[in-house]
Amino acid sequence: MSNEVSTEILATHVLDLAKSGKRLDGRALDEMRHLHITPGYVTSADGSALVELGDTKVLAGIKLEPGTPFPDTPNAGVLTTNAEIVPIASPEYEPGPPSIQSVELSRVVDRAIRAAEAIDLKGLCVTPGEKCWTCFVDLHILDDSGNLTDAALIAAMAALRNAKLPAERFELGETKPLDVRHFPIETTFVRIGDAIVVDPSSAEEGTCQGRLTIATDEEGNVVAMQKAKVGAFSPQDVAELVERAFVHGNKVRAALGQLG
Amino acid sequence: MGSVGAKDIPELLDANGKRIDGRDLNELRPLKIEAGVLQRATGSAFVEWGENKVMAAVYGPREVHPRHMQENTKAVVQCRYNMASFSVDERKRPGLDRRSQEISKVIGEALESVLFVEEYPRTSIGIYIEVLQANAGTRCAGLVAASVALADAGIPMSDLVPAVAVGKVAGKLALDLRKEEDNYGEADVPMALVPKSGRLVLLQMEGHMTRDELKTAIDMGVQGCHKIYEIQKEALRKRYSIAHDGGDAQ
Amino acid sequence: MRQERHGQRHGPQRHGPHGERGPQEDRRRHERREAPAPELVKERTVVLPGQELDSGDYHPGYGTYREGGKIYASVAGILSIRPPTIRVIPFSGPYIPQNGDVVIAIVKIVGPTYWLVDLRAPHYAPLHYTGTPWKVEYGECGEYLRPGDAVVVRVEGMDQSKRIGVSMNGDGLGRLSGGVIEDISPTKVPRVIGKSGSMIRLIETATGARMTVGQNGRVWVDGPQEAIFKVRKALQIIDKEGQRSGLTDRIKLFLEER
Repeated sequence: MSNEVSTEILATHVLDLAKSGKRLDGRALDEMRHLHITPGYVTSADGSALVELGDTKVLAGIKLEPGTPFPDTPNAGVLTTNAEIVPIASPEYEPGPPSIQSVELSRVVDRAIRAAEAIDLKGLCVTPGEKCWTCFVDLHILDDSGNLTDAALIAAMAALRNAKLPAERFELGETKPLDVRHFPIETTFVRIGDAIVVDPSSAEEGTCQGRLTIATDEEGNVVAMQKAKVGAFSPQDVAELVERAFVHGNKVRAALGQLG
Repeated sequence: MGSVGAKDIPELLDANGKRIDGRDLNELRPLKIEAGVLQRATGSAFVEWGENKVMAAVYGPREVHPRHMQENTKAVVQCRYNMASFSVDERKRPGLDRRSQEISKVIGEALESVLFVEEYPRTSIGIYIEVLQANAGTRCAGLVAASVALADAGIPMSDLVPAVAVGKVAGKLALDLRKEEDNYGEADVPMALVPKSGRLVLLQMEGHMTRDELKTAIDMGVQGCHKIYEIQKEALRKRYSIAHDGGDAQ
Repeated sequence: MRQERHGQRHGPQRHGPHGERGPQEDRRRHERREAPAPELVKERTVVLPGQELDSGDYHPGYGTYREGGKIYASVAGILSIRPPTIRVIPFSGPYIPQNGDVVIAIVKIVGPTYWLVDLRAPHYAPLHYTGTPWKVEYGECGEYLRPGDAVVVRVEGMDQSKRIGVSMNGDGLGRLSGGVIEDISPTKVPRVIGKSGSMIRLIETATGARMTVGQNGRVWVDGPQEAIFKVRKALQIIDKEGQRSGLTDRIKLFLEER
């Protein structure tokens, strides 16, 4: 249960706590929630992973199918990322077309995978200009308890690393693991007064003054960013958060790396 | 699971009358139910049934959106059955197709039959089902999960609702079809039962059966439902044994 | 699809969940063990929807319904028999407002002469300006309470169609400021209060925090940050383990932890 309705009182309390370096759930400002990853959760997908980040739950499924390359990239396969915040995930769900939140989520996750060149798209070309593999990354948001972005990219990366190219099924050669070359991880921060905390809970996201997501790769590059929510960060804030994003990102990469 | 090409129709029953996965004709696939799996939902349940994985959540009773759908004498039951795009062999386009819309409707009506909707006028009760991995029988798995989720949400209901399909494979009636049996069998009859009254609240049929076969199929389904009912109750007891150890309150 | 609901279970036979609540009820129950229901489920056992209960001469209370002369459970919970009423104390479920309940509400919408507040019930409830100690000019409600503000109010004017109103006139009622609100299941409120308020006193004494417990499961906690954190943790334990025996000891132990 905890705090379902965001109130003036809650916002003030979260702010007061942040002033003394504390958070509503007792975490330190730089502490992420417990992360649990189950690769291969769905056998009907070519690759999959269930990620639990605290109470947040995201299921990623990979499907690889033969398709046609885009005219401007005839030598590369196609990557499509789609996130669905389905109605089981939170009481805020409204029926209708995908919400603006799920569109932003898809795009921010897609950007990190694409910019980090996490998968070798050239290697997904079968016949230039005619035939290639399309890699669908579908993100099913099961429980929205804060920080969907980080959880969704972790799920996507764990699923990609778990994926097999089903070449035999489509008579396109031998089935083999998908070539995953780089390892982007997104780290999301929110500003609460003068403090900036990592891995925000839904209460913190609901009362924050600005959110910044920074995607880093294992080689020390920043590969994607997204400033969201009403609020602002100074250039000094950004510089500091980039450093924190690498520390956090490397921690997650290490945890994910151990899954093989 | 590779997809099975039309060229090699599998042997659905072997010489000993065993099915493709070694089951007897009236044997259910392994069924596990866990209640209370999601933090944000009012009530929730996860069902793993053979190779099906289905999650259900319930929200409400709460204000109706949009408002013109309010009813002054009862709660509106809004049911949505949805399949994840990666839940099937061939990627499914995200969103509700006509099949999902039909299933949402009949599941919602089946469950409304046991809900005391007149207790909550001008509200809505949202019942949401997400199929994460599909291997035939997902509407029954979804209904079984949703029924446990409703009880987990504390929404008054006259009974839990178990559901199962009975089909006809290689000329014989078989309980709880798996994918190959569903694809290459001769008939499929999904049903949902209210055990206390013995009445069916969901019943569909597709294929060919004689009148006698249909009668027997429904009997088999009803018996299967009673077994599933026990597993539903066990899941709820397990959920609350954590909260209650049967001792005296202080 | 209505054939499932024959039987006479409308009207006065069904009662709200909190009609006869009170912290004392747990104690009283022990003295009434001499007449256990034969074969059927016993007092204080877990029951599930559809389960047949002792139909005796009982009056079906919350979480039960009568059909064909028998009484069944309609929710998962613990059976409580206090003649003439048999009822189920639910493990979970919505907050159902009752006249006289003191609850913590959150302002959602500001109208010209009223505010609409959220009680965690299926509907928002109106708080009319005449139900406040203020002399509010038409259209100036926003000067007094804004969306997101929390108020302690009393439920009044429940009618047959379940339309309700709330009032802020009375002792202990008014706008809240400072502190924080922790939400627990409304069904656990009696455990947070304890026998004649014993649990509240235990927690307040051990932590130095102040608490206001709304019947709708919202608990306002104020005091030093450390104290608030400790109380919120204690409330989370009660919310999770509220049905367990030895709850008081468990909470005592927790409060003594450093």
